[in-house]
This record gives sequence, C-alpha cells and structure tokens, in this order.
Amino acid sequence: MYVNTVLVRLKINYDYEGIKKVVSKKSIESGPPSMWRYKALLPIDEDPKVGLNTGFTPLVHAKNLGKALGINNLYIKNDSVNHPTFSFKDRVVAVAVSKAIEFGFDTLSCASTGNLANSVAAHAAEAGLKSVIFIPDGLEAGKILGTLIYGTQLIAVKGNYDEVNRLCSEIAVNHKWAFVNINIRPYYGDGSKSYGYEIAEQLGWKTPDNVVVPVAGSSLITKIWRAFHEFEMLGLVDKVQSKIFAAQATGCSPVTTAIKNGSENITPVKPNTIAKSIAIGNPADGYYGIKTANTSGGYGEDIADEEIVASMKLLAETEGIFTETAGGVTVGVTKKLVEQGRIKPDETTVICVTGNGLKTQEALAGSFEAPAVIEPM
Amino acid sequence: MAVKVRVPTPLMKLTDNKSEVMADGSNITEILNNLESQFAGIKERICEEDGSPRRFINIYLNEDDIRFLEGEKTAVKDGDEISIIPAIAGGAN
Repeated sequence: MYVNTVLVRLKINYDYEGIKKVVSKKSIESGPPSMWRYKALLPIDEDPKVGLNTGFTPLVHAKNLGKALGINNLYIKNDSVNHPTFSFKDRVVAVAVSKAIEFGFDTLSCASTGNLANSVAAHAAEAGLKSVIFIPDGLEAGKILGTLIYGTQLIAVKGNYDEVNRLCSEIAVNHKWAFVNINIRPYYGDGSKSYGYEIAEQLGWKTPDNVVVPVAGSSLITKIWRAFHEFEMLGLVDKVQSKIFAAQATGCSPVTTAIKNGSENITPVKPNTIAKSIAIGNPADGYYGIKTANTSGGYGEDIADEEIVASMKLLAETEGIFTETAGGVTVGVTKKLVEQGRIKPDETTVICVTGNGLKTQEALAGSFEAPAVIEPM
Repeated sequence: MAVKVRVPTPLMKLTDNKSEVMADGSNITEILNNLESQFAGIKERICEEDGSPRRFINIYLNEDDIRFLEGEKTAVKDGDEISIIPAIAGGAN
C-alpha cells in the first residue's frame, strides 16, 4: 500500500468499465456458490487462497417474524451460518488473508471483539500462517475458545476494544504482520461488499427498500450501500432506492446518537452493553456510517440490553435462527423502526444477522429454566 | 512542560523519521503549535483550520482519548505522553 503524509481514508478503485465487459447476471450465476462468484468486484489479483466456501449464505424469507413485527416482506440475511466461523467476518478475512498472501506476509494479526478473532485464527490455520490476535479481556467464553482452537497466539488486553485497537494501531508499524483491520484494512473492508451483492442477487436482482445493519466500526453499513450502487452502475439492478438503517445497542451508540442529533461527527463513548461484538465506542468509519444512513434516507436507532435478549428469543422462536447479540440488536431495532413508521409494512426489508448465538450464550444466562429431568423408564 | 509525542508513521517524514519527539506546552493546543514550530507542516495534517483535530485523528494523553477529557484544551504536565493515531483501524461490523 502506498503510504503518504495525508491522513485520509484509503479506498480501493476498480476499473468498472473493464468489469462491465466481463460481469453479467449470467456470469455471476454460473460462478461458485460462495462470495467468490463476485471475484471481479473484490480486491484480489490472484485466485483466492482461503475461504473458498465462504459466503452465499441464506436469505431467509422470514414470514413468521414478519408477522410478529407487522411486516409483509421481511428477509433475514443469515451470516450466522457463514463458513467457517459463523459470522460475516469470514467474508472480510477471506479477502484480507488472500491479499496478505499476495503481499508475502507470513503472520496475520488483528484487534477484535471476538468474531474477527475466530475468523483470522481459522483462516491462518487454513493458510498455514502464524497468527497473533488481540482481544479485550472479558470476552465471551465461546469467542475465546473459538479462537484458541485454531492454534493461534491469543492476547487479552485489559480494557475495552477501543483500547485494544489503539494498542494494535501503535504496534502495527513495528511488526511486519498483516493486521487485517489496520494495515490492510481497505482490502479487508471490501470483502463486506459480498454481503450486499448477495442480498441483491438473492432478491432476484433487486435491492430492498430497507436494510437494517448492525453498526460497530461502521464498515459493513457503508459496503452494503456501495455494493448496491456498484450493481446499479454495472446494470445488474435498477436504480437503488434502498434506505439503510444503522442499528446499535444503547450502551454503545455513538453512530445512532449522532444520526438522531443531526450531527456528522462522532462523540466517542465508553461501551457498556452485552452486545460486545459491536461495542466500539470510537468507530473508525463512523462518519461514513452516518453519511450512508442519511444519504440513503435511512436513520439510526438503538435498543437496550433487555430488548436485545428479547429480540434474540423472538428471532429464534419465530424463524429457528439463533443469532448472537448483534442480531438481537438488528431485530429489535427493526421492531422499533416499524413502530415509528420509518419502515412500512409492504416494503421489502432485510435484517442483517451477522453472527451466531452459540458464541454469546452468556447474554442469555438466567433467561431459561433448567430442563425438566425425568427417569428413563 | 516537556512531553513525549508519539508520531504516526505517515507523519514521520515530517519529523526526520522519528517516531517519538519532545514538545513543550501547557495544553494540547500548545503542544501541537510547538510541534509545528519544530516540524513545519505537521499541524495542518493533524488539525482543521480552526485548530481542532481532524475527524480521522485520535489524540491520546497517556491512557485517555482527549475527547473524554477537555479536548485540545486538556492540560498536560511534565512526563506526560501524547499519542497521535490515525483512525485507520476498526473492528466489528
């Protein structure tokens, strides 16, 4: 990556005219059933090195949940079953690690709230690379075990994610490691575009009226928006009129607070929520997340921890999908947006579910009675 | 007050490739002005025209983001350490 003395967000530019000549609905549909069916729109030069089975997760027509929320055309984009580590992070890591190998790195690293840690460790194992992963202390047991199992070097830093991120930003210059979300972040971030491409393709080459996106660092929300517009630019979908809604936990809501206040600037917060995977108080792309919600005609909303738990249960009981806390946030925020009249019953709405509930079981502690125990005979 | 300032890699071209430099001042604004007097051009990389830190810059006084303190008016004392970190990083969704 070219480094200069201008401190701006780096963005990857694509040769859309060239891509337009080789990409069509037919070419994509004949591609592999994975995120790599969109390879021409992803920032790697060679064939992907890892994550060949990542992506193309189900877009579930959620009729039961829709009925409960009062929405007739509701869909769940379900990355809780993404391969190999059950979160949307497998998309960004598949791109980042493939790119890191192209660059010649032999060690992967990241600052993570858990899902990224799982994914980097797994892909490092697949690629035969070393990995050193930094997390805040106090993460859920499932996310710690789900990282250690891959033979990584896992380091828990006393503090919250923002403090881990600061540490990694400072040490990244001293190590010739690929910090996937720091020194190769532009490539990593563009892996998220595949989530947006899939929504549009799976809706029958249409973009939805509304998308409700969990927001932490604010990367995913901007990439879904960009993916829709790239498809429009390539003539694969009609003019994009989607409203993009940012969803956060009230205990860590710098982006939705700014949107509600009509501000473009983030005021950092110290996170205090059970939704640890999205507990980033100082989001790097927060400004762009706000801009995406506002430009699209969407909004930002947040819910309390007890509503997150109730929403996780609601999704599970209506659709048989067990999501982590971040998925509870998007379901609960959708409910709120419907009640506010911002999402209309007959519009097509997609709720982003980006992680698996088995990783955040602590959030449900005390929510259920122990199973009845009976004798076998 | 003399404090140590950690400089991000993209700005080290302006500090003779030093990752740490010393600066004088009683608050963050004075520290940044002092840096500018030593390394011409560095302040405009860090601050907007009104002197406030740019949107993508995080400034820490020891352990704390100055936005949790008193922003650029935050007082500093001898032995403090300041870190200037571009917000290139990020984590989850």
